[in-house]
Amino acid sequence: MSSPIIQVKGLSKQYHIGLREKTNRTFREAVTDAFTAPVRNFRNLRRLTKVENDNPAVIWALRDVSFDVQPGEVVGIIGRNGAGKSTLLKILSRITEPTSGEIRLHGRVASLLEVGTGFHPELTGRENIYLNGTILGMRKHEVDRKFDEIVAFSEIEKFLDTPVKRYSSGMYVRLAFAVAAHLEPEILLVDEVLAVGDAAFQKKCLGKLKDVSGTGRTTFYVSHNMGSIVDLCTKAILLDKGTLKVSGPPSGIVEEYLSANSNKSFVDLTRWYEERSGNGPLKLSFIETINQSGRPVSQFSYGEPITFRIGIQGQPHSLMNLGISIRNTLNQLVLHFTNKDDHISLEMRSRETTICVRVDQNLLNDGDYYVTVWLGDKFNILNDRAGNCLSFSIKSDVQGDIRSLGSIRIPARWSFDEDPHPERSDFENL
Amino acid sequence: MFLSRQGAFIDMSTQPFIHIKPKKGLQLIDFRELVHYRDLFAFLVIRDIKVKYKQTVLGGLWAVIQPFFLMVVFTLFFGKLAKIPSDGIPYPIFNYTAMIAWTYFAGAINTSSNSIVGSGSLISKVYFPRVIIPLTSVLAGLLDFSLAFIVLLGMMLYYHIYPTLLVLVLPGLVILMMLTASGVGMLLAALNAKYRDIRYTIPFLVQFWMFATPIVYPASMIPERYRMIYALNPMTGIIEGFRAVLLGRAAFPTEMVLISIVLSLGLFILGLTYFKQVERYFADVI
Repeated sequence: MSSPIIQVKGLSKQYHIGLREKTNRTFREAVTDAFTAPVRNFRNLRRLTKVENDNPAVIWALRDVSFDVQPGEVVGIIGRNGAGKSTLLKILSRITEPTSGEIRLHGRVASLLEVGTGFHPELTGRENIYLNGTILGMRKHEVDRKFDEIVAFSEIEKFLDTPVKRYSSGMYVRLAFAVAAHLEPEILLVDEVLAVGDAAFQKKCLGKLKDVSGTGRTTFYVSHNMGSIVDLCTKAILLDKGTLKVSGPPSGIVEEYLSANSNKSFVDLTRWYEERSGNGPLKLSFIETINQSGRPVSQFSYGEPITFRIGIQGQPHSLMNLGISIRNTLNQLVLHFTNKDDHISLEMRSRETTICVRVDQNLLNDGDYYVTVWLGDKFNILNDRAGNCLSFSIKSDVQGDIRSLGSIRIPARWSFDEDPHPERSDFENL
Repeated sequence: MFLSRQGAFIDMSTQPFIHIKPKKGLQLIDFRELVHYRDLFAFLVIRDIKVKYKQTVLGGLWAVIQPFFLMVVFTLFFGKLAKIPSDGIPYPIFNYTAMIAWTYFAGAINTSSNSIVGSGSLISKVYFPRVIIPLTSVLAGLLDFSLAFIVLLGMMLYYHIYPTLLVLVLPGLVILMMLTASGVGMLLAALNAKYRDIRYTIPFLVQFWMFATPIVYPASMIPERYRMIYALNPMTGIIEGFRAVLLGRAAFPTEMVLISIVLSLGLFILGLTYFKQVERYFADVI
């Protein structure tokens, strides 16, 4: 057995969060407060960097996390917002120090917690390549050597001597990622950087990450994109409220993470913040699955009609576009419904409108499925998106012990070759 | 040595070993790490210089305008109206010599004190030796100082005042000034990360400090018996030294400069030590 490249032991990190301060009700109180506040402020500021256990203004972002990583492993870190994923990366990259516990690691660490860290808008692309490269821990001669590769990857040759403030956001991100992608540390930490750029570039980034992880480099990868975790990682760690819940092969961990949301036929989206994006005037307020008789259920059988009820808040009479994606436990897109595909023009009827999308005959195979809702305005500009916010399962009473594979099951007609268009099947039913 | 997943050989013994744990006790400077990051240091200095006068009309001229016009105002009020003595040197050049040093010093303190808070996005996203940040400001200011210095050379020609051989000491005085600015800058930058009051203190501090330094008046105006106390301001010896080596009319203030050397080094060590103690929590409080 080889020795681990990273050993994390009993790692904890405490943060101080601000508690609500008392507000002054009278003018006199406000005046006296202005004079007495400095003492209180000073105490509060001093406490900011102290370790405390019995203070309600303290939270544990990480609590007693331990794991080992072998050289060459690509470790995916998953968990809800606030589970401690970013804190873990920040401690690994030495940006902040742990409150207790320790990490032993062998090798140079480069962290990619954000693309374009330290980019200066007034400097040219060329200048920023050098600046960003050295900020990420490269030496000048390393940047020199990689320079042409970086430029080629970023596809901005023509604008190399233009200040980056004149770049489009796509060019900016491409250049930034290109620099980061050409780092050659033994340990690479990547945080959700792929959430930027257009689809084609994202694909390229994922490809590059795959190349990187294929060269035996140890990589940490934080993402909400479960597909890329399954795709890229050799191991996954699930964090929950600062503690390590489970670690192991990515597909199992991803399934475990997704199933935490399962078996609820109704999800209130007004206070739902995971995998949420978009901040347009139209808002998703809830999602529900109901069966044929209108009862809210989260389990259906094969072929049974499924209706999605989706609550939307916004200005009456605004036109909108709605999309529903259904993914399997491997985060593969199985089905996608949009009003455009069905040639329907959607309009808000009142401030609070509920849209029902009925799938008359669901062809989904047995298994668990996750629903993502996408809401856009009339120009199809994203207003609100709730990723994997609801799950449902399909369970049917398929006879026999041969479970069919695939996420979709479409009945087929079986016959002998001589009879290509049979009215009836040539075979007897089971 | 062992085989990794993809078959690449990784020899652990040649890899740098990093041990991350809560830091306790006195933190020392990791010089090897600083050497590794010297290119970053250079690029940050270049960035500061390149960016400083972007999108201005006068550009580098600003480096000259500030001390020069202050000198004009001071000459009018302190030289002409208040008739403050200037050790037998024409007041404009007497003042400008001190003014360029002071402009550099005040600018360096100001930018380095705010540098840690200003680089929050960098500090919370990447690791590198934090001490580079305040030092960058101190180094980048040297270009402005040089530009303002060129004007001083012009004034020397105009007044027919030439430096003596002592001018060879000048680089030493500049280094002393940089040490003082770095020490104060690191101290204030570290304090400012947690206590943002510092930001509002700096303008006062710089103003008071300027009048506690022989800039608009000569050190000879201070009564003899207080002069050594007066020299406890490290900038006193530096500014008097500047005048002595550049304008060559007064004797070199050896004692004052010696005091400055001790105090500058002390301030530098104090600033650096404090900075190293508290840098671990920068990312959490910015």
